[in-house]
Amino acid sequence: MARPLINAPKSVRRGEVFDIRILIAHPMESGQRRDDVGKPIPREIINRFVCTYGGEEVFRAEFFPAIAANPFLTFSVSAVESGVIVMTWTDDLGASQFESIEITVT
Amino acid sequence: MRATRRGLLAAALALPAIARAQGPARVVVLGGGFGGASAARRLRQIAPEVAVTLIERSATYHACPFSNAVIAGLRDMAAQEFTYGALAADGVKVIAQAATHIDATARRVILADGGTVQYDRLILSPGIELRFKDIAGYSDVAAGVMPHAWKAGPQTLLLRDRLAAVPDGGTVVMSVPGNPYRCPPGPYERASLIAHYLKTHKPRAKLIVLDAKDAFSKQRLFQAAWKSLYPNLEWVGLSGGGKVVEVDAGSGTVKTEFASYKADLANIIPPQRAGAIALVSDVADRTGWCPIDPVSFESRLQPGIHVIGDAAIAGGMPKSAFAANAQAKVCAQAVADLLAGRTPGEPRLINTCYSIVAPDYGISVAGVYRPANGVLTDIEGAGGTSPLDAPPETRAEEARYAESWFRTITTEAFG
Repeated sequence: MARPLINAPKSVRRGEVFDIRILIAHPMESGQRRDDVGKPIPREIINRFVCTYGGEEVFRAEFFPAIAANPFLTFSVSAVESGVIVMTWTDDLGASQFESIEITVT
Repeated sequence: MRATRRGLLAAALALPAIARAQGPARVVVLGGGFGGASAARRLRQIAPEVAVTLIERSATYHACPFSNAVIAGLRDMAAQEFTYGALAADGVKVIAQAATHIDATARRVILADGGTVQYDRLILSPGIELRFKDIAGYSDVAAGVMPHAWKAGPQTLLLRDRLAAVPDGGTVVMSVPGNPYRCPPGPYERASLIAHYLKTHKPRAKLIVLDAKDAFSKQRLFQAAWKSLYPNLEWVGLSGGGKVVEVDAGSGTVKTEFASYKADLANIIPPQRAGAIALVSDVADRTGWCPIDPVSFESRLQPGIHVIGDAAIAGGMPKSAFAANAQAKVCAQAVADLLAGRTPGEPRLINTCYSIVAPDYGISVAGVYRPANGVLTDIEGAGGTSPLDAPPETRAEEARYAESWFRTITTEAFG
């Protein structure tokens, strides 16, 4: 799987609400389509996305087949302490991938 | 003449609310691009009894097809310029003024000087308006520094001159919008020709194309050509974070959701919608484009107004000069039929788009369309693109076909 694109500030003030943007390259095959010979193409989507901040879950999303290819998420997080933000997503095959970023709270 | 008189009678009966003077049926064509000019001339040919008026603010039309070659210094701007002399000679009354509003109920066009022009049927071919506000920091003023050059004319020359001033080793950034927009393969032809210019004149400079889409017209052909010809061209699609959301003309910065690019020259092609008059006259819907009946091109919102060209929602048909010309001819026939009390027949329309990737390197896509379920639909298997593996002679031949096509279509539209 390709690396995702992530946009988040490196440093934020304590108490500030900031946005994290992530774009994950994924075909999000819906399971509704058929191939050239009419055979159904099996569903293969990212079905779960979890973001933790300092070990604590701060955002979670469940995805369904209506989500378009290459999902692009924007969500807001409140700055508490300097620490690691980990984003993990899991696909229908059970494979997980994660990316982490460090944030400094001043 | 008997058929004519019967036709006029039918037309008069079909419009009971309008007090019509005795005389020929009046068709007003609004907008003198490929669509409008072609429609006015065709209507004069097939229905000489109809009085045709063209309203177009500019005395000179600058054609968009091949304007990318002007930007790359491969073509003279004079080759893009056309006037309305042939239309006047055909008996089209040309009013060189801007129109500000269409009163669809009273069937009249209001001109910039306050005058009005009555019509029995209107053919609206207003082209596009640029949605500057969809990209933060972009505006008509910013376009003086970061040209769009998506309406041919002074902007074309500005981009050409700015390109010539890019330092060797510099960076050119192009921003390409999501669908729909004027000339689907146009940004990629432009990217090719800018890359050709840089490769020839500034070998250390590069071009970055930031695209709000992952898929585009003739993509495999373009990308194969870029791979072999232009190592100086980098294309970033939507899933690579290519959608431009903000620009700063002062510092030459182009921003996506994920990155910031510093450009010596930025060419920003913003999202688009139907020409302004379609919006103020309620001919465009919430999409910003004009819904039409695919047989007659009559507006689904305002009876008596037919919309052709880039402004129309033409289903599978792209927004191209060729499509506008094809729609103009079908629409002219439909308007002549309706004025004569006949029912317009179901049309077949063709589109072909040539793109020049380098001098002597042309590629094309063609499609055939028919109305189906209320929209113009691509007839599967009737069109196609240039072969992916073709010898240089084929590419050179297609580049010549493109030139011939331009001569043919501009002769048909402008004489």
